[in-house]
Amino acid sequence: MLARRIIACLDVRDGRVVKGVNFGGLRSAGDPSELARRYNADGIDEVVILDVTATLEGRGTLTETVRAVSKELFIPLTVGGGIRSESDAATVIEAGADKVSVNSAALADPALVTRLARRYGSQAVIVAVDAKEVAGGWTVFARSGQASTSRDAVEWAREAEARGAGEILLTSIDRDGTRSGFDCALTAAVSAAVSIPVIASGGAGTFEHFLQVFNEGLADAALAASVFHFSEHPVAELKQYLAERGIPTRIARNQL
Amino acid sequence: MSGIALIDYGAGNLTSVRKGFAAAGADLYSPAAPIDLARARGIVVPGVGHFSATSVLGVPWRLAIQQQVQSGIPLLGICLGMQWLFEGSEEAPDVPGLGLVAGRCRRINAVRPLKVPHVGWNALSRSGPSELLHDVDDGAHVYFTHAYAAPVTEECTAATTHGERFAAVVETGRVFGVQFHPEKSSDAGLCILRNFVRVVQS
Repeated sequence: MLARRIIACLDVRDGRVVKGVNFGGLRSAGDPSELARRYNADGIDEVVILDVTATLEGRGTLTETVRAVSKELFIPLTVGGGIRSESDAATVIEAGADKVSVNSAALADPALVTRLARRYGSQAVIVAVDAKEVAGGWTVFARSGQASTSRDAVEWAREAEARGAGEILLTSIDRDGTRSGFDCALTAAVSAAVSIPVIASGGAGTFEHFLQVFNEGLADAALAASVFHFSEHPVAELKQYLAERGIPTRIARNQL
Repeated sequence: MSGIALIDYGAGNLTSVRKGFAAAGADLYSPAAPIDLARARGIVVPGVGHFSATSVLGVPWRLAIQQQVQSGIPLLGICLGMQWLFEGSEEAPDVPGLGLVAGRCRRINAVRPLKVPHVGWNALSRSGPSELLHDVDDGAHVYFTHAYAAPVTEECTAATTHGERFAAVVETGRVFGVQFHPEKSSDAGLCILRNFVRVVQS
């Protein structure tokens, strides 16, 4: 049976992880490679590097980070944040990313999704949708949630699929950073509307939140950052919790 | 070791495949023309995307690969590369496969709540002896991303279920195919790559 995926997000600025780095025993808390290695050993299914660097100089560092993280990571690696063009995508894919996540650039130029899918295959193209509840529906926001668009989140996810996206990374702006749980209604609405996988993001605070987003939110995968510093083996414990409650997960051989 | 050819026909980025093999102890070279396959001790056909992408591998490539297989050179097809080992695929009915394994690939027949494409980690259900799966546990999870799949035939040494059962691993003689991505399948995947490298060396 297909496992529901647990994905760790590393927010990286200038080559350093900027949140969710309280893993016990880390020699260098902000080192993306070391953190990715720890997550991998703990049984994480995928890793997302989200570049939150604002400066151009920092973007050169991103390539180095991707290269270093991918070197020893034999699970899917996605890179997102500031991918504006085919050439940005090419840079991180050549550095070792398996998938790129596009957000604002896809909103500005939806055909970018198709061009990337033609070049690398749909499996390598994730469209990130940041959505906020507005008047009983969900509106898409661009530029890290700062700019409202006129697009409906469910419609945009459908269009992204039609244009060649392989997965949707769906973040609830309302829940992001609150630890109050994923937006299950939003996730279920998008998941039911598309046939590609939907990765739920924003709001993870407890193991129960993951259970809810898989059961009620129909999520194919769930992504979180800071929640994974609960304990020494947070991913393994989360998967055990889910498995005991009927959610199929990948239990890695080298775990615990 | 060196001497394993990685056929780069433009279907997807091959960085991860190269890194996976490097971790398994093998450096891959990409032949620029079919003639460059003459020195290959093993051949890997990767690939993602639409079955029609394999049409780039025209008669000269097919002949060179078939000739090497006939002389006992091990061949590994990954994902789309495995589907290409069959006679063809419903996805592009006019594009012939290599035909080393009988049968045709079809779109996965799964209904909601299951989704197609089949993306993520799923379990291998082993059947019969397997060189490629030496030391890989029955039930091990590996990473898939595909919408079409090959039928379960006598060459199938591991199947996976997503709505229906399909071939996850095929083996016939020194021809091998995996529907999933061993280079992205953590320890189980690296074990499979090492097993292929060992077959090449033997």
